Amino acid sequence: MKALLFEHNLPRFAASRLVSGLGSGRGAKVAPLRLVDAEPPDLPDQGWHRVAPVLSGICGSDLATLDGRSSRYFEPLVSFPFVPGHEVVGTIEAPAGAADGTPLAAGGRVVIQPVLGCTARGIEPPCSSCAAGHTGDCEHVAFGHLSPGIQTGFCADTGGGWSTAGLVAHESQLYAVPENLSDADAVTVEPVACALHAVLAAQLGDDQVVAVLGAGTLGLATVAALSHLGSQGLVPVPKALLVGARYANQRALASELGASAALSEDQLPQAVRRHSRSMAMGGPSGGRLTGGADVVFDCVGSAESIGQSLAMVRPRGTVVLVGMPGRVSVDLASLWHREVRLLGAYAYGTETVRKRPRPTFSLAIDTVAAMGTGRLVSATYPLDRFEEAVAHAGAAGRRGAVKIAFDLRATSKRATSKGGHR
Amino acid sequence: MTPRPGFVLEVDGSTPPTLFWNGEGFTLERLPEGSRVVYAPEPLDALKDPVGAIRHALEHPTGDSKPLSALLFPGMRLTICFDDVSLPLPPMQAPDARQMVMEEVLDAAASAGVDDVVLIAALALHRRMTEPELRHALGDRIYEAFAPHGLLTQHDAEDPDNLIHLGKTDEGEDVEINKRAATSDLLVYVNISLVAMDGGHKSVATGLASYKSLRHHHNPTTMRHSKSFMDAPSSELHTSNWRMGRLIANSGVKVFQIETTLNTDTFPPQFAFLQRREWEWTLRDRATYAATAAALEAAPGRLARQIFHSIRAPHALTSVQAGEVEAVHEQTLSSVWRQQGVVVDGQTDILTMGLPYICPYNVNSIMNPILVACLGLGYFFNLYRGQPLVREGGVLIMQHPTRADFDPAYHPSYIDFYEQVLTETTDPTEMHKVYEESFATDPWYVHLYRTGHAYHGVHPFYMWYWCAHALEHLGRVIVLGGDPKVVRQMGFSPASTMADALEIASDVVGGSPTLTHLHAPPIMLADVQ
Repeated sequence: MKALLFEHNLPRFAASRLVSGLGSGRGAKVAPLRLVDAEPPDLPDQGWHRVAPVLSGICGSDLATLDGRSSRYFEPLVSFPFVPGHEVVGTIEAPAGAADGTPLAAGGRVVIQPVLGCTARGIEPPCSSCAAGHTGDCEHVAFGHLSPGIQTGFCADTGGGWSTAGLVAHESQLYAVPENLSDADAVTVEPVACALHAVLAAQLGDDQVVAVLGAGTLGLATVAALSHLGSQGLVPVPKALLVGARYANQRALASELGASAALSEDQLPQAVRRHSRSMAMGGPSGGRLTGGADVVFDCVGSAESIGQSLAMVRPRGTVVLVGMPGRVSVDLASLWHREVRLLGAYAYGTETVRKRPRPTFSLAIDTVAAMGTGRLVSATYPLDRFEEAVAHAGAAGRRGAVKIAFDLRATSKRATSKGGHR
Repeated sequence: MTPRPGFVLEVDGSTPPTLFWNGEGFTLERLPEGSRVVYAPEPLDALKDPVGAIRHALEHPTGDSKPLSALLFPGMRLTICFDDVSLPLPPMQAPDARQMVMEEVLDAAASAGVDDVVLIAALALHRRMTEPELRHALGDRIYEAFAPHGLLTQHDAEDPDNLIHLGKTDEGEDVEINKRAATSDLLVYVNISLVAMDGGHKSVATGLASYKSLRHHHNPTTMRHSKSFMDAPSSELHTSNWRMGRLIANSGVKVFQIETTLNTDTFPPQFAFLQRREWEWTLRDRATYAATAAALEAAPGRLARQIFHSIRAPHALTSVQAGEVEAVHEQTLSSVWRQQGVVVDGQTDILTMGLPYICPYNVNSIMNPILVACLGLGYFFNLYRGQPLVREGGVLIMQHPTRADFDPAYHPSYIDFYEQVLTETTDPTEMHKVYEESFATDPWYVHLYRTGHAYHGVHPFYMWYWCAHALEHLGRVIVLGGDPKVVRQMGFSPASTMADALEIASDVVGGSPTLTHLHAPPIMLADVQ
């Protein structure tokens, strides 16, 4: 059995950061990531179960880690060496109970809610965030009987999805995958959950102009989340849902998922200006907007995207950081002057839907089923072609792809189930 | 020597290659044997004494009108409106026809003791003219006398304080025009009729109107039923303008219309080959063509544009008539057709054309893709009377580089139209329903139109609506030499060579199509029998 192991190796961190300057994902060749023979991790405690990954996605945060671009903020929140992979659909090895109490039969498909909060860590009483259901905000991700790790895939004790040796997950992390979801659908549950959490955190109002900047997996999942929640009456339907996407295939997918307009990123401010009936300063071609979108979802997380988001949000509007930012340099004068709300949206937990609590993952499973987000999975790779896989993920947009994932099944199974992917 | 009339050449083995305009450049194309090439008539002789002709027209008006001098009196409010920078094309060498006419009108007004005189550029929803453009159109003397005192103005279709609603026509069309002009004792309109579409009631009913009024005839339905714009009795656009014009007259607005026509002397001597028939090119013409084509090929785009936009046409006056609008316009049309009419026998399967660097809406600016479409499908396609040059279901091949280049100062809403509307639909009716109003009422576009030099927010829609008749009529539109991505975004087919274009066209019109090339400019009007 094999696993990709990420180790603490400062020279290799530096090398991958250097090489990734040539393009995201290029750093995998020199990053401290190795394909190793691996054994299944030990079960840490009662309530933990073994899961055999089927598909495991490569996320933007994984790429940032491999590229050496991840913020040092996370250093105390991870433990080395770890097996990456927090977007996981797999099969449960033995009968278990899911997070919502549903019994899971051996071999049943599950998705992992990867946050390692107080319950998973055996911490009693839980922190106030976990007690309130906001596991993403857990104050104890570096404590308890597990090594530090904000999520499965960043913790030395749990394993991760990029492994044929499997991983271990606490029953509070397990969600059953319904029959009507393909494996490709299921592997998008985690990013869709992130998007749902961000959309619900934004507290949208009626008749609003909403902009989504960036149309990689998170951006498209945000569009899907806005469309699904809007169609269910769970959030107001935006007056205009405008998506800025760099690549044509991303624009096509954004339109399919419900964007009222999908444009190139540099045209997005113009569309926001027009739909918000804003004026502009600094030239007839647009310049700086006087008004802007009510809510901007920044699904990129770069200095440039944060700056662009601030430039196209209205006074007292909200910018939601969905994409993971790092250390950036941004002019916050407009944030101060226009009293903009800059809101982080990390992971998931419990959402309040129709005045009742509901796990984000449960909502995400419904959203994935309704929106068919499995279509975002563009290619899968076996583990031994990890360098190609990571390079493909790093250049996904340019290569007409969205989500790249590892297929952890035996070769024969991959061949027979090919048709199951959308 | 009497100028030669228009001519239809049948291409044979001895015919030299045909000149095709290609934006800020041109190419020579060898057309298949049996193709026809339609050439414009040679320029008519200029009026020998244009000033004398103008004075004569003012004092011997046409139709039910008194001479100008009899309409002028001390203490009156006189407003003189004039066609804007969109006419003529290319801009004519000084003195401009407007200057010549207005100097006479102003002399008459001064002689009659008229003090309250205001000049208004009849922009409709076009961009405001720049100072050099105004000076060129009116002459420095008029500019200096009026502009510093705020008496040289430009129509503002978005100024609620200077618009007046005169009523609705029998068809329910709002007639809302410039208040100063409508409430003056006399409105003198100074026109240049470059083509048969210009002038008549369209001068005031369109040139001085608001969006509320213009939208009644600048819409896909009206445009589709204007067959063609150059043939007023068959043009719903003109029918609507005539209804409005008559309402304006019946409202008590006194209009004294002065219309001028120009000959087809379009290019100065250094570009003379552009209006000669290729088999008559002299050695000098060939050398000039070769040198010019090579220089333009090597020149940066911006420089090539500057060179072309600095061209001043040696257009000369061929007629001037004044008085009652409809009577004046009848004489104007007669002069225009005398200069531009070419009889063409029957339609063709494929119509080809080379599009030049200029159209009415990019004077001193960039010909963006929407204007390319409008020039080819809205203007050149419509240069006919009777029936279109190309048969229904036929193919139009137009040559132009067609790049996604825009002038952000003049055409800001065009950029958004291209990026946000044409990416969703190319159907004029659909865009009219879904998008037009939001562009027309966009406060930012309104601001730029009123305070800068931007075309009104709705203007790109109008340009696309101009194409509506052609889009409905044609089986395919091929853009030769255009950026494929841009061409496809507009719903057309790109081709890199004429051979490719003909191959693509054969899918629609079969393997042995008839082909006609419209050798314009100079402008001509095809009387298709």
